[in-house]
Amino acid sequence: MQSEHKEIITKERFLDLFEKNRALLTKNDTALLAGTREKAIATFARLGFPDTSLETWNLTSLEESFNRGYDYYLRPSEEVDVQKVFRCNIPHLDTAVIGQLNGWYVSKDVPLMELGNGIIMGSLAEARKKYPQLIEKYFGTVADDAGDGFTALNTAFAQDGVFIYVPDNVKSPKPVQLINVIHHDENIFLQSRNLIVVGANAKLSLVHCDDSYNHQASFSNIVTEIHVGEHGVMDHYKLQNLNNNSTLISSVFFRLEDSASLESHYISLNGGLLRNNIRVRFNAPHGRANIYGLYLMDRKQHVDNQVFIDHAYPDCTSSETFKGILDENARAIFNGHVLVRRDAVKTDARQSNKNILLTDTARVNSKPFLEIYNDDVKCSHGSTTGQIDQESMFYLRQRGIGEETARMLLMFAFADEIVTRIDIPQLRQRIEDMVKKRLQGELQICEQCVLHCSTPEHPVEFQIDLSKI
Amino acid sequence: MLLQIKNLHAGINGKEILRGVDLEVNAGEVHAIMGPNGTGKSTLASVIAGREVFDVTAGEIFYKGKDLQKLSIEDRAREGIFLGFQYPVEIPGVSITNFMRTAVNEVRKFKGLDPLPAGEFLRLMEEKKQLVEITSNLTNRSVNEGFSGGEKKKNEIFQMAMLEPTLAILDETDSGLDIDALRIVANGVNKLRRPDNAFVVITHYQRLLDYIVPDFVHVLFEGKIVKSGGKELALELEEKGYDWIKKEQE
Amino acid sequence: MESQANKILDEVTQGDYKYGFVTDIDTEFAPVGLSEDTIHYISAKKNEPAFMLEFRLKAYRHWLTMSQPKWAHLNISPINFQEIIFYAAPKKKKELSSLDEVDPELLATFNKLGISLDEQKKLAGVAGVAVDAVIDSVSVKTTFSETLSKHGIIFCSFSEAVQNHPDLVKQYMGSVVPYTDNYFAALNSAVFSDGSFCYIPKGVRCPMELSTYFRINAANTGQFERTLIVAEEGAYVSYMEGCTAPQRDENQLHAAIVEIVAMKDASVKYSTVQNWYPGDKNGLGGIYNFVTKRGICKGSNSKISWTQVETGSAITWKYPSCILLGDHSVGEFYSVAVTNNHQQADTGTKMMHLGKNTRSTIISKGISAGQSNNSYRGLVRISKNAVNSRNYSQCDSLLLGARCGAHTYPYIQVDNKSSIVEHEATTSKISEDQLFYCQQRGISNESAIGLIVNGYAKEVLKQLPMEFAVEAQKLLSISLEGSVG
Ligand SMILES: Nc1ncnc2c1ncn2[C@@H]1O[C@H](COP(=O)(O)OP(=O)(O)OP(=O)(O)O)[C@@H](O)[C@H]1O
Ligand SMILES: [Mg+2]
Repeated sequence: MQSEHKEIITKERFLDLFEKNRALLTKNDTALLAGTREKAIATFARLGFPDTSLETWNLTSLEESFNRGYDYYLRPSEEVDVQKVFRCNIPHLDTAVIGQLNGWYVSKDVPLMELGNGIIMGSLAEARKKYPQLIEKYFGTVADDAGDGFTALNTAFAQDGVFIYVPDNVKSPKPVQLINVIHHDENIFLQSRNLIVVGANAKLSLVHCDDSYNHQASFSNIVTEIHVGEHGVMDHYKLQNLNNNSTLISSVFFRLEDSASLESHYISLNGGLLRNNIRVRFNAPHGRANIYGLYLMDRKQHVDNQVFIDHAYPDCTSSETFKGILDENARAIFNGHVLVRRDAVKTDARQSNKNILLTDTARVNSKPFLEIYNDDVKCSHGSTTGQIDQESMFYLRQRGIGEETARMLLMFAFADEIVTRIDIPQLRQRIEDMVKKRLQGELQICEQCVLHCSTPEHPVEFQIDLSKI
Repeated sequence: MLLQIKNLHAGINGKEILRGVDLEVNAGEVHAIMGPNGTGKSTLASVIAGREVFDVTAGEIFYKGKDLQKLSIEDRAREGIFLGFQYPVEIPGVSITNFMRTAVNEVRKFKGLDPLPAGEFLRLMEEKKQLVEITSNLTNRSVNEGFSGGEKKKNEIFQMAMLEPTLAILDETDSGLDIDALRIVANGVNKLRRPDNAFVVITHYQRLLDYIVPDFVHVLFEGKIVKSGGKELALELEEKGYDWIKKEQE
Repeated sequence: MESQANKILDEVTQGDYKYGFVTDIDTEFAPVGLSEDTIHYISAKKNEPAFMLEFRLKAYRHWLTMSQPKWAHLNISPINFQEIIFYAAPKKKKELSSLDEVDPELLATFNKLGISLDEQKKLAGVAGVAVDAVIDSVSVKTTFSETLSKHGIIFCSFSEAVQNHPDLVKQYMGSVVPYTDNYFAALNSAVFSDGSFCYIPKGVRCPMELSTYFRINAANTGQFERTLIVAEEGAYVSYMEGCTAPQRDENQLHAAIVEIVAMKDASVKYSTVQNWYPGDKNGLGGIYNFVTKRGICKGSNSKISWTQVETGSAITWKYPSCILLGDHSVGEFYSVAVTNNHQQADTGTKMMHLGKNTRSTIISKGISAGQSNNSYRGLVRISKNAVNSRNYSQCDSLLLGARCGAHTYPYIQVDNKSSIVEHEATTSKISEDQLFYCQQRGISNESAIGLIVNGYAKEVLKQLPMEFAVEAQKLLSISLEGSVG
């Protein structure tokens, strides 16, 4: 096993690591991909890691995270307990489940599944060997690393992750659940790379979970590229339930072709430092993208959602709806950026960010930002931050509902606007339960995390007993 | 005596609204409170219910012999005080069913009763819906969200029926109701009348009092009850307006 | 009535910059460029006490360590400070003696600008407006000073204040905008030449509008004025600021500072109609308007209200702000910013809530036309101790034409749970339905836009003192002239 032990994260460390392992990293690269990698490492050498002097990072400092020190692996650990990865299965949800452990695809004997309908699903490392042209066509074309050190670093080091290919005119019959588990006995730094291609007229539902199974510190730099072809439909769910020592830099790049449609849901339930870079590019007219976010943070948790929507073509519609509840010393940052380019006429873009602060030590920074170079647009944004509505509190309490319960009910209700948007009923039910548990302070990452307590073998009822709340 | 208010002074942000209200309500009675706009009727109702934005600066409120000011909003409600809001708030995301079930069970818990089993609760909902002739499937919707003015008022009476209060204060529950709805609401109230409970109805119109016949009518003016009488007083007000009362005050 | 209407229509349709003339007056200049010598020169010219020179030099030395900010959405061509003349003053003609110690040329100039320096010539129905007229680097005349002094109000040029009220100047200058604040504030603190000073004593309601009129006349000069307003406990004042400059091909720099101090229960209303030369249709010339305006609500229940109508300047960089330190204090910002042709504006406000129960309101209306870029940038910050505070912001942008840009950068930070911050914004083009409706009633496209834009900006315009409101409305229409084709 090759590892770099518990070193703090620096630019030099990774430049050095790249130099020493260039042969290993580029082993299965086509000439084009090798070129992409070289370009990326050069970009990273120029940019390094972001710091708070950058406007998009000025409220999120990584210093403490970096200084914890992490192991970094260039090869997967041999022994993988496949069961572990699947503990997080959503009961009764009929999904195709694929898993990653510490950033490496968990093979379950078959590293790459090729389904009868033409869908390919499995390890990116394997796909690079088997479908070099397909990978070459998409890899690195959706993610734009020009101004982003983390993405550049990920591209330079990209080894494994998940690859999903849904060919033209194929509608994936069930949702795909992609589980990304971090489980390690030492602090670990990991980078995985996912590539999802939804063809023209194709459809895919993807449930993407980030989970940790213990309290060990981790630092993840995960890049996901998602291409949605003409008239393609992508339903994307991102569930984040990591421990309080984890740092997650998650960058998801969406590229939407003509008339493509995207729904993306970010549900952040737990995590030490969560940074979501969500970038949507309309690459042709008539696209539609709705991005929803819900974050429920407490203790010293930090969540930073950066949404960038690039209206590069006419007639596209986008919305961002982010809601958060912050307790104790938690901090939330919302940075929404809508860019409407010169020719993107008939753009309709909406941004909304709403926050509830439960304590005087919780903090919110909200920046819904519009940059518009065209007059034929309809754009709006709104942001509100405050406490739970006092009128509603009075109404509930007047009906005999105790203050705590009333507050809880109103918080569920607040979160509900996002939760009800979840299209898969079992998943919605599940998230509703998790949100309730989270708000009641019962959702914990314990030794045996509540998530995998709920396998079909060991079902746990999350039913809320209304008489008890 | 169910409710006894003595020399009640209350206000908001240093502005005095109630300037010495005296009122006594016994079990089995219906009281009507009338008065020009902005004289403090809703404020009085809110203060009885314990709304925290208002400061009580002087006076006392006793309910079933207890000093109400020592009780929280929810404990007052659990003791049987119900306020039908003049402007019921919309609470998106909270379904009426969930809301009522939580309320009913919290009140039961307070009384030392077990929570109602789901089946029984749903039956109760159906029964009370019929009482106020709610036919549509309002109950799956969020509390008051997108309700018409009349639907909101009906929903208040429905909740009152669910909670079976001892003292119900209905703040302009008649406004915004069509003629049929007015009759339905009034009938609902009449069906709930018992010797051991009481109603205080705040209204501007005789119309409602044709259906819910009050034992007493009070006129609240500039934060004080300036005139009290029997049901004839309401008729007199309907006919003459408030000018003569204003003059009497000068 | 008819002819009046025609006149306005004429003005609206001949939308050239009508203040672009140059007055031929004898002017005395500081040597071109910037060095400690320049500062000594300015200070000596003004016969300043030592503390002023010291302040200037400190600011200058600090400025040398700074660099021009880059964060604004502005494309600024490099400024060569060694090519700017930092001090220009009309030469005094000694022979003039009476009240009219002002050069008749200058009087004529201000008359031409529509500013009366004659105290007798009050506007009909208006209590009168006291004016401090500033041309290039110096104040040439302050009207009504004597009337005001009967109320204990001090209203004079900054230079006079330095001579006659050095203690007040020393106490408050730099207390709201320290010279370390930003690049242009440091520059101003080093080289500022004149401006207005206004002091309203305890309990006094200023009986008339105070105003300063700024005029850049000389070529290649920069204008660096400084205004200081102090309202003592319970005082009230409404203050207006107007500005114009001749039409020139070079860019000219204007870097001003305005400081306002409001004590307990005091209220200050500051209105600006900014109409510096915006450059020509191709973006040649125009004023670089880099201004730091800030007020502090020091005492409880104090209030500072900023209203601005920004139509001029090639580049505007300006964020009139409020520090809400006193409990229950109130900050307001009302803004209309119009950009046309190649103009660029990056403007907005900062509301810093520090005291309890503080309130702020932001209403910003941006209008972009031509190839211009118009950005709103606003910060609302509720600190941990500012419990029960409220902010409401509404920032709308209107786009006229396919080649302009409208950008909104709201920064919202809330650090306690009892406060409520609401921000709303919309961006859209002028409604086709509204246009059609007007046209169907026989109104030309151009006038319809004028009407609609004025309606759109109404919420802000109605905040302006009457004397300003009419002018502002006309300006809006003129600035948008030729923006639709
Ligand atoms: N939250 C509040 N903040 C400030 N003033 C209030 C508040 N609530 C009520 N008031 C003022 O108190 C006075 C009494 O109001 P109230 O609502 O009790 O009147 P009302 O008699 O119910 O009138 P109506 O017949 O119109 O319902 C009014 O002047 C009102 O503006
Ligand atoms: Mg009322």
